[in-house]
Amino acid sequence: MDFKLDEEQQAVVDNVRRFVREEVVPLEMGLDPDADELPHEDFKRLSDKVRAMGLYALDVPEEFGGPGLDLVTRAAMAFEMSQHRAGLYAPCYGTFGGVGLLHLFSGSEEQKKKYLEPLLRGELTSFFALTEPSGGSDPARAIETRAVQDGDEWVLNGSKLYISGADKADFGITFARTGSEKSRDNITCFIIESGWPGFHVRRVVHTMRSSHYATELQYENLRVPAANVLGEVGKGFSLASGSLLRERLPYAALSLGPAIRAQEMCIQWIKDRHVFGAPLASKQAIQWMIVDNEMDIRQARWVVLDAAQKADRGEPFRMEAAMAKLAATEAAGRVVDRAIQIHGGAGVTKDFPFERWYRELRIRRIGEGPSEVQRLIMARELIGGSFK
Amino acid sequence: MSIRMDKEWLPFTPEQVADAPGHMGVYQIADADRQLLDIGRAGGGTRFGLRGELTQALERWGDRGRYFRFEVNLGYWSRHQELLMLALHDHGHLPEGCSEEQAAQLGRISPHPGNDGAARPSSRTV
Ligand SMILES: Cc1cc2nc3c(=O)[nH]c(=O)nc-3n(C[C@H](O)[C@H](O)[C@H](O)COP(=O)(O)OP(=O)(O)OC[C@H]3O[C@@H](n4cnc5c(N)ncnc54)[C@H](O)[C@@H]3O)c2cc1C
Repeated sequence: MDFKLDEEQQAVVDNVRRFVREEVVPLEMGLDPDADELPHEDFKRLSDKVRAMGLYALDVPEEFGGPGLDLVTRAAMAFEMSQHRAGLYAPCYGTFGGVGLLHLFSGSEEQKKKYLEPLLRGELTSFFALTEPSGGSDPARAIETRAVQDGDEWVLNGSKLYISGADKADFGITFARTGSEKSRDNITCFIIESGWPGFHVRRVVHTMRSSHYATELQYENLRVPAANVLGEVGKGFSLASGSLLRERLPYAALSLGPAIRAQEMCIQWIKDRHVFGAPLASKQAIQWMIVDNEMDIRQARWVVLDAAQKADRGEPFRMEAAMAKLAATEAAGRVVDRAIQIHGGAGVTKDFPFERWYRELRIRRIGEGPSEVQRLIMARELIGGSFK
Repeated sequence: MSIRMDKEWLPFTPEQVADAPGHMGVYQIADADRQLLDIGRAGGGTRFGLRGELTQALERWGDRGRYFRFEVNLGYWSRHQELLMLALHDHGHLPEGCSEEQAAQLGRISPHPGNDGAARPSSRTV
């Protein structure tokens, strides 16, 4: 197994690295440490540069105008894209575009025209609303939002919790129960618009990730045209879980970016910082932390690239994707924690990015399928179906 | 739990502002009729947190600013956004101290009518 990138892949990754270090990081000096948006002119300027690099709309398939990247390149880029303060949840502040809702590619022609195409052109924004107050790990059983058919419309009632970006988005996809039994066979996926009567953003849900906050939604007799059912009635659950698999690899790779950058910063710091008459770098306790960091980073990187390579070869990669998400988010959390320790007081200040990475990496172990659910997926693959 | 700022209004004077904490947080400034003039935040990059930002605001608002109130809040970013969205919901516009760019980037919120109560994750078994 060889994870050496070919010349073309390496050139793309080098470009992204330069972009992050020369364009994004310097801008952050002038922003609030918790910022997740760039001023409009800076956003436009950087986004134009990304277009000129031919890397705009990363996750969009080639036939829709995307760059048509393989997942290995996509993951290797993601390792770089999050190597700045806001990088975990606002990699390069969104200047690479991207679609967000891959689910829409399985929509009808009409749905693609109305929602997907403007989304790809950057004219509309979207959200993904699955989790409810009753739980997010096991949505098949937890979903309580109901959809009842009324002529050629569905009427939705219920609430969703921890939904990112719904207050700013034009539309989103959501899931509701369309039968009485608590099974995965009666969950339906709907495209809903945030301007429709009955759609309410009730509050901001404040978490340790202060920027890119989550919201609580309520659907109050929200009437949705039957044409806005995404996929088949009762088959929404496969949409909720299936298409997320591909997105899990860039997500895992993005999680590792701050760890890679933190390690570089640690190595520089320990050479410059002196304690007890010698550089920190000469202390064995510190050297071991650096080694542990490197092992965490390399192992996780390997697991992510292995999953990406399997996906690119068209092999099943469900277990590998779960392993990548778990390995990268947990390893990155450990690395950034050690980086804070190595930097002492400076490590917990807002003068350095570690405290933000630390807070946001903690959420990374819960969002997009918590660590326990990733383990559950792997256990099912390893042990077999009868122990589900 | 209320999502609107329900702290007591304080006289917007140099003496009161000098007592404000140097922490991160959010603040509101109002005129003599307690109409909102500004909603601001003291972020992690500010020199003296709320005290520093409010001192600058004293100069900016001069005689028009009569009252202020604040919340110490490490999650100042999302709280600031929430307060702006609530102002927009309640009054149909942002206070005059807020910029057009802020308004353009803002989300929409419609709290439970007459009730700020929020849904909590339920502990019921599913
Ligand atoms: C900041 C933030 C943003 C979010 N954005 C979105 C969004 O945009 N859209 C969206 O739909 N959701 C979003 N979520 C929700 C997120 O996906 C859920 O929080 C997550 O799926 C876990 O669900 P839960 O919080 O209800 O925990 P629960 O499902 O109640 O689980 C509680 C704990 O039990 C563990 N657990 C679950 N099953 C098992 C098991 N079989 N064995 C052992 N342990 C188990 C879980 O791992 C978890 O640690 C967001 C969450 C946060 C915090």
